[in-house]
Amino acid sequence: MSRTILRRIAPAIMLTVGLAACSADTPETDATAAPDTTSEAATEAVAEDTAAAAFPVTVTHDLGEVTFDEQPTSIVSLSATATEMLFAMGAGDQVVAVDSFSNFPAEAPTDEDLSAFEPSAEAILGFEPDLVITAYDANDLVASLTAVEVPVLVFGSASDLDTAYAQWAAIGEATGHAEEAAGEVAEIQRALSELADPAAGAELTYYHELDATLYSATGSTFIGEIYGLFGLTNIADAADADGAAFGYPQLSAEYIVEQDPDLVFLACTVFCAETATTFAERDGFGSLQAVQGLDVIEMDDDVVSRWGPRVVEFATSVAKALAEVG
Amino acid sequence: MTTETTAAPGRRARHLPLGALVVAVVALLASVVVAACIGPATLPWPDVLRALASLLPGVELPGLSEQQLQILWQLRVPRVVLGALVGGTLATAGAAYQGVFRNPLADPYFLGVAAGAGLGATVSITTTIAPFGSATLPLFAFVGAVGAVTATWLLGRSAGGRAAASIILAGVAVSLFLAAIQTYLQLRNVERLREVYGFLLGQLNTAGWGDVRTAAPWALIAVAGMFASRRLLDVLAVGDVEATALGLSTRRVRLIVIGLATLGTAAAVSVAGLIGFVGIVVPHTVRLLVGTSYRALVPLSFLLGASFLVLADIAARTAISPAELPIGVVTAFVGGPFFLLVLRTSRRALL
Repeated sequence: MSRTILRRIAPAIMLTVGLAACSADTPETDATAAPDTTSEAATEAVAEDTAAAAFPVTVTHDLGEVTFDEQPTSIVSLSATATEMLFAMGAGDQVVAVDSFSNFPAEAPTDEDLSAFEPSAEAILGFEPDLVITAYDANDLVASLTAVEVPVLVFGSASDLDTAYAQWAAIGEATGHAEEAAGEVAEIQRALSELADPAAGAELTYYHELDATLYSATGSTFIGEIYGLFGLTNIADAADADGAAFGYPQLSAEYIVEQDPDLVFLACTVFCAETATTFAERDGFGSLQAVQGLDVIEMDDDVVSRWGPRVVEFATSVAKALAEVG
Repeated sequence: MTTETTAAPGRRARHLPLGALVVAVVALLASVVVAACIGPATLPWPDVLRALASLLPGVELPGLSEQQLQILWQLRVPRVVLGALVGGTLATAGAAYQGVFRNPLADPYFLGVAAGAGLGATVSITTTIAPFGSATLPLFAFVGAVGAVTATWLLGRSAGGRAAASIILAGVAVSLFLAAIQTYLQLRNVERLREVYGFLLGQLNTAGWGDVRTAAPWALIAVAGMFASRRLLDVLAVGDVEATALGLSTRRVRLIVIGLATLGTAAAVSVAGLIGFVGIVVPHTVRLLVGTSYRALVPLSFLLGASFLVLADIAARTAISPAELPIGVVTAFVGGPFFLLVLRTSRRALL
């Protein structure tokens, strides 16, 4: 019986997981984020003043509008991307708890028992939040929290970078860090346009693999938009031409081999322990030119699945891979 | 075997109609060839036929490029072969379970195989340990499936009461218990949810010769065993008391047939995931077409089940090509309405 119910909700969950944050410890340090946070600390005092003046403020999110009379000081984030955004824009001090997947930055108050996929309104209310941010309205979370007058903002997986920038702006307004958020967005846009090189991959095709069951992300996702900065062509586009899979279709193995992409990016290296070697060992995949030319690139699961501040890091690793190919 | 005496030579011919057998074999061969020709990769079918003909000794017909040959022999053909093997095994096991329990609703997942295999696969996926490389998941699923049915058997026996009924109830309890653990594990590891669902909905997309090699020996042993037991199933069909009066140890037959059906089912699901409906729809269809004798039912279920899954898989890989549809969705979509039709049009007893 329970399996029937799970089957019914499976597609919805699969989509969400497509962009799910991952909970592994990623020991690597983030070179680009460090200077940002320190420079923000310096302007913190100024920001606080302007922040207070900005309220009340009305913020638009995926499910409607929410009005804040004063600046939230006790935020619970159930979205790994939102957590990264909050800390990047200097709202980290206002965050009291984040879900088990929010593993970045290191100072985020991760609660291993706080689930974003099976959220418990009671567990969340235990932190006495005055703002809850989530990517996914599961278990009637929004209705439950709204009933006890705790404001909830829902920001689902960004379909493109513009949506991501709009989320930055909305979270900035809601937390009283509109200026810093705008600054972060400007910085990301500057960094991305600096990295962008449409000629670099103009002749090349790629396959971005979410896991060994051959789920992929098409060009019409923020993931595809990053690759698009380099002129790369996505082989998954044909598999979701009508957008029915929301940009995350499951490909046929023989289609991948027939397309024979120039580059393969593996996006489940931490969790699924996929490597260029395990990829090459699959039946029929050994003959791919990406395998032959050692152009199977292992990406960090978290960095390539979140649409927050680390999209710059994502783009940098693509640029690096392209430089090695070229 | 005392049962041999119950079937006169004249009746035996009717029990396995030669015509039906020939039709089923031809249908299977035709589905396999058609399936080899159709797929997301555009291989011209005349060239595929030439490549298939090259299998015959002394025939050498070029046509496909090196890359197309890779796609055909490393991806498409193993997938078709695995589909036939899994479909045939599940249908045969379904027929056997229905016979053993004299219950038309029995299917291969009846005694906890699905929940056990699902749990084994989920453990393998979520723990990321791979002591046996790519064979780890099938092995875990296999052990889970066999373990679950063993637990069902032991619990059902110790519970007492009517043998068949208490085993069925034990199967329900074991299934629910293991499914609860599986669901818990999956919720604690949602980042691997896609792969877990891939298994739960059935998957032939990533099939390769490795999967065929893993499953084939067990599945074929089990199918051969069920073929050999088909006369015993006919005797069992008359009822426990009558079968015992005929000199049959119903408990021993039940144990042997359940063991064989479980072995086959476990081998099939360990590589293909939980593909539903084949095990229940196919045997009933055969019953409606050729009658209820297990002597015809078991072999014809194997052949028809194999064809059915091979054809269903064509839909799975072409319906939204080059994207994939989980095979379990296709079999349920076709199987559900079909099953209702069977129930409505059939006035004769299903068992």
